[in-house]
Amino acid sequence: MTKLIHALKNQFNVSVIRDQFPALRQKIYGKNLVYFDNGATSQKPQVVIDAINRYYALENANIHRGVHFMSQRATSDFEAARIRIQKHLNARKSEEIIFTKGTTDSINLVAFSYGELLNKGDEIIISAMEHHGNIVPWQMLCARKGLVLKVIPINTNGEIIQEEYDKLLSNKTKLVSVIHISNTLGTVNPVKEMIKKAHAVGAKFLLDGAQSIQHMKIDVKDLDCDFYVFSGHKVFGPTGIGVLYGKEALLDAMPPYQGGGDMIEKVTFEKTTYNHLPHKFEAGTPHIAGGICLGTAFEFLSTIDLIESEAYERELAHYAEQVLETFEDLTIIGTAKNKTSVVSFNVKGLHPFDIGTLLDKQGIAVRTGHHCTQPLMDFYKIPGTVRASFAFYNTKEEVDFFAEALEKSINILR
Amino acid sequence: MEGNTDMTKIQHEIISDFMLFDDWMEKYEYIIDLGKELPLINEKYKTDEYIIEGCQSKVWLHAALINGKMDYSADSDAIITKGIIGLLIRVMNHQTPEEIASSDLFFISEIGLQEHLSPTRSNGLVGMVKKMKIEAIKSLNQ
Ligand SMILES: Cc1ncc(COP(=O)(O)O)c(C=O)c1O
Repeated sequence: MTKLIHALKNQFNVSVIRDQFPALRQKIYGKNLVYFDNGATSQKPQVVIDAINRYYALENANIHRGVHFMSQRATSDFEAARIRIQKHLNARKSEEIIFTKGTTDSINLVAFSYGELLNKGDEIIISAMEHHGNIVPWQMLCARKGLVLKVIPINTNGEIIQEEYDKLLSNKTKLVSVIHISNTLGTVNPVKEMIKKAHAVGAKFLLDGAQSIQHMKIDVKDLDCDFYVFSGHKVFGPTGIGVLYGKEALLDAMPPYQGGGDMIEKVTFEKTTYNHLPHKFEAGTPHIAGGICLGTAFEFLSTIDLIESEAYERELAHYAEQVLETFEDLTIIGTAKNKTSVVSFNVKGLHPFDIGTLLDKQGIAVRTGHHCTQPLMDFYKIPGTVRASFAFYNTKEEVDFFAEALEKSINILR
Repeated sequence: MEGNTDMTKIQHEIISDFMLFDDWMEKYEYIIDLGKELPLINEKYKTDEYIIEGCQSKVWLHAALINGKMDYSADSDAIITKGIIGLLIRVMNHQTPEEIASSDLFFISEIGLQEHLSPTRSNGLVGMVKKMKIEAIKSLNQ
């Protein structure tokens, strides 16, 4: 296999970033861990781990309901996290940031609650490369309310066919819900233009940011999306916490999703009035530690130049592709012009599961299978892929090591 | 009881075979070679009727009772899964239904392959072992 010479930009200092992630230092089966499963979840920097510890060791208290010092401190930390996330996303108001359990939970919230405003015959548009989390909630809504789900086809490079999108849009379209960066293919979709087109027919736009929040600077005002959703665990924060950003007027118009404590203004047995945003959508005790520590994750992110890290990740993914292209009988799935951070592939005659198992035994964590995008696998007529997905703490040396391990695996399997 | 010691004996044989390997890659090379060597199932049984759908890999299993002993054949689209099937069949084939129904497959964890038979692995193997036992129990009641 030819070794490619490559000079990665050096103003972006990977080793300084890597040092902050203790999980990356471990050995797996006696081998240095190479963590290439960032699409599934990211590792956590020490500051986030410390914040989780500190919260449970010293700061634990319930929020929005206590007269005492600890409750007030936890409340203000939780709300400070909300404001930090608002600033990061460039949202107009912190009320537009709703804490949820994650991407899936955020989409279900919108599907239920925005869905209540829709009527029989209204149409929802998604794309052929969506994650199951951005398919199934809409199918359930369509079944519940008699709506129609339309799917924008993609080309074999893994790009949404814009002319087909144009054809699907009409005044019946009430919502377009599209993945920002494909978790399976790495395609970066031209969402800004797609949002404009949706607005031109009066439809709202939900952007599934599960794979974009950690890879690029997000500006919801500039994008002008109506909803932006993501999971904390994929952006260096805790599991079990995520965000729904929504435009204030729209969130105000939507009925609550779940009922309970915190989301009410006044409860009597005759009539209950609801709390204002964001609390209207946060019934019950939230994941307080999760919210606060997601704030810490964004504080960590603010120490990184996201323009540089995006360039670095694109270059790393491109390097990985160049290396993989030197393998015989290897096909890269997803060859969009604009792609980042993900390289999915198959080796002729070999099952992705076998490749993944042998890579694992060499300390390399990749994902194999359909990546929760079965319709996309059907489109390519494959059962699954091997997926390497990168974060800004991964290195070219790791890619080289991965390539050697892959070569060894293929030789054993052949 | 005779047969049961048989199953135990075969399992101990496999365990001592695996003691020869120093590292994981050698272990897997052996399993993969097993997977490559074995023509495990009659092609006519490789249909949806005999499939055990895992999330990652598929398994086909055919079971029959022949002269009071269970006769199994199986296959998978993944070679590692197929190799492990080879081991399972080596242990369970041509044993009586009683023995299979009450068998304890201790060799799997002894040789460090328990991850492949964990319910979360979803490669079809858990379903396969369950089905092998169910088929044995069914033929007991015939
Ligand atoms: C694009 C995309 N959407 C949705 C999800 C679901 O995220 P979660 O499981 O954190 O709710 C994922 C995560 O796998 C994803 O990659």
